[in-house]
Amino acid sequence: MAQDGDECLRMTNFGMFLIKKHTRVIEMQKKYLQWVLYLAGLLVLLVASVILSLSVGEMNLGFMDVFSILSKGHESMEYTIVSQIRLPRVLLGIAVGGALSLSGILLQGVYRNPLVEPYTLGISGGASLGVAFVIVFGLHQLVGSFMLPAAGFAGSFLIIFLVYTISTRNGRVNIQTMLLTGVMVSFIASSSMMLLMATTSSENLHGIVFWIMGSLDEPDMSLIYITLALSICSLFASYLFVQPLNALRLGEEKAKHLGINTDTAIKLLFLLASLLAGVSVAVAGVIGFVGLIIPHLMRLLVGSDYRILLVTSFLSGSIFLVISDVIARTIISPNELPIGVITGIAGGIAFLLMMSRTSIRSLNKSR
Amino acid sequence: MSNILTIQNLNCGYPKFQLSDINFDIPKGSFAGIIGPNGSGKTTLFRAITGILPLKSGQIILSGKNLQSFSLRERAQNIAIVSQFIEAGDMSVEDYVLMGRIPYHSRFNFFETDEDFEIARKYMEMTDTWRFKDQLMSELSGGEQQLAGIARALAQQPQLLLLDEPTSHLDITHQVHILNVLQQLNQEMGLSVLMVIHDLNLASEYCDRLILVNQGKIHTQGIPEEVLTFQNIEDVYKTVVVTQNNPLSGKPAVFLASRKVLKEIQERLSKS
Repeated sequence: MAQDGDECLRMTNFGMFLIKKHTRVIEMQKKYLQWVLYLAGLLVLLVASVILSLSVGEMNLGFMDVFSILSKGHESMEYTIVSQIRLPRVLLGIAVGGALSLSGILLQGVYRNPLVEPYTLGISGGASLGVAFVIVFGLHQLVGSFMLPAAGFAGSFLIIFLVYTISTRNGRVNIQTMLLTGVMVSFIASSSMMLLMATTSSENLHGIVFWIMGSLDEPDMSLIYITLALSICSLFASYLFVQPLNALRLGEEKAKHLGINTDTAIKLLFLLASLLAGVSVAVAGVIGFVGLIIPHLMRLLVGSDYRILLVTSFLSGSIFLVISDVIARTIISPNELPIGVITGIAGGIAFLLMMSRTSIRSLNKSR
Repeated sequence: MSNILTIQNLNCGYPKFQLSDINFDIPKGSFAGIIGPNGSGKTTLFRAITGILPLKSGQIILSGKNLQSFSLRERAQNIAIVSQFIEAGDMSVEDYVLMGRIPYHSRFNFFETDEDFEIARKYMEMTDTWRFKDQLMSELSGGEQQLAGIARALAQQPQLLLLDEPTSHLDITHQVHILNVLQQLNQEMGLSVLMVIHDLNLASEYCDRLILVNQGKIHTQGIPEEVLTFQNIEDVYKTVVVTQNNPLSGKPAVFLASRKVLKEIQERLSKS
């Protein structure tokens, strides 16, 4: 009888074990399932925004017609508009929006500061200065259209290099010094640019201002492909740093306690983020706020785990920029607004709304 | 019995503060405490053991192996650290505890394994934090966060658990609760524990070995009865104390007296 009891107990224990094991599997899938849902949702949104962008403009096309136009004719005017004018903008929007947003989320992770964005560190200041320099001294007329992006890229990397060397001591980067240095160097760069602008002709001035305001209008198709390839490759590369980024949420010292080589990770992440922002600014000009707002919104939506945060930030940055571009080119059609204006105003308002909602919610919670 | 931690002729520190000639052993399965006044070098010693601070000379030996030869990852698999404050913000308690598995993951391991979840659950149940698993870390009280910190450290499956003043900002209920949890882990799992602790009475009650640090040097070390004498304490803390044994545990307990009381006693003594 006693044996029976033992047997019974053992069976129940085994049963409990199985149940435990089973519930664990279901729970585990819940977290990952949620991630898959976020991803799927954003991909659908991206496709929708691409179709919207391809069909809306000076000549409106039906959403469904876009496919047939693209698959059918090479001769029709619709085909030329969609493939030569709209598609390049969409591709550049995906590349630049994703790159800026990814750059923002990486920097926020490294600095553990949600207010850092690619431009805080002087990347845009440097790029603008480079471009202003080239325009003022007429160098772009000598070399060709490729000169402006190249100058922007060189300018931003010069600044990054400066910030990086100033804040490195004994082979270690001090994150706080770096942030302050970045802000200061950024000021110096933009003031120098003002100086150039104040002393140059009004014709050059127009060129500089136009470039600074940012646009997805890029005539050189190869440049668009390069940007797109680079930003997608960077997304994959950023996933190599998911572990350090996640550990850094606890702080630099605690990440080290978890076996993470934080010094190396911080340096490489900083370079990756700079590359992304530098390329974006060089090709599309200064498009502000994407790198600040989108990572922030994503954090509110999907949480702080970088495994899901990186890819969702990239995708939503792309979506945001593609839609902003649609607004920029249609709102005062046939004229076009600078896309930076749209991202700043629309993004800022959306952000404020979101913030006030969350603060009301947290107020209610604390009561 | 073999030693989990041996420190030999350790010298290290900052330009303005140096630890010098630190020597001590922690036998396997000990519950040891580092005590000493503010600014005596407790935290510096801790940072040296955790590898944050480079050594000037001397050796730190963990289970017979020089700690310098450990990679960061190996270090994290063998020594787990619970800090005084846990800033984990907006992650769930379970996600936080799962971070203790990072030292066992390769760079390309994006998802936790079933084993990771099992281990996290085991230690969360042991520290009584399983019931909070889906709450955010920021929603927990200080004591609960500290328990989650211990669960995270245990998930690293270390040989040695280091704690930096785990109870200093907690009320007595939580102080005793956390130390009891540590005591239980120490006794049931044989886990070696080394903690920096400010409260001398708690140190006496829970630790089987104490290291009294003063001005960057070890003043005294040994069992609580040897270390917590009124002479040692007055010498190091420059404060008049009375020591007596706790009536329940028999361990030394330290009593303080106000200046007023001391004055009255002095007057009484001079009269008689």
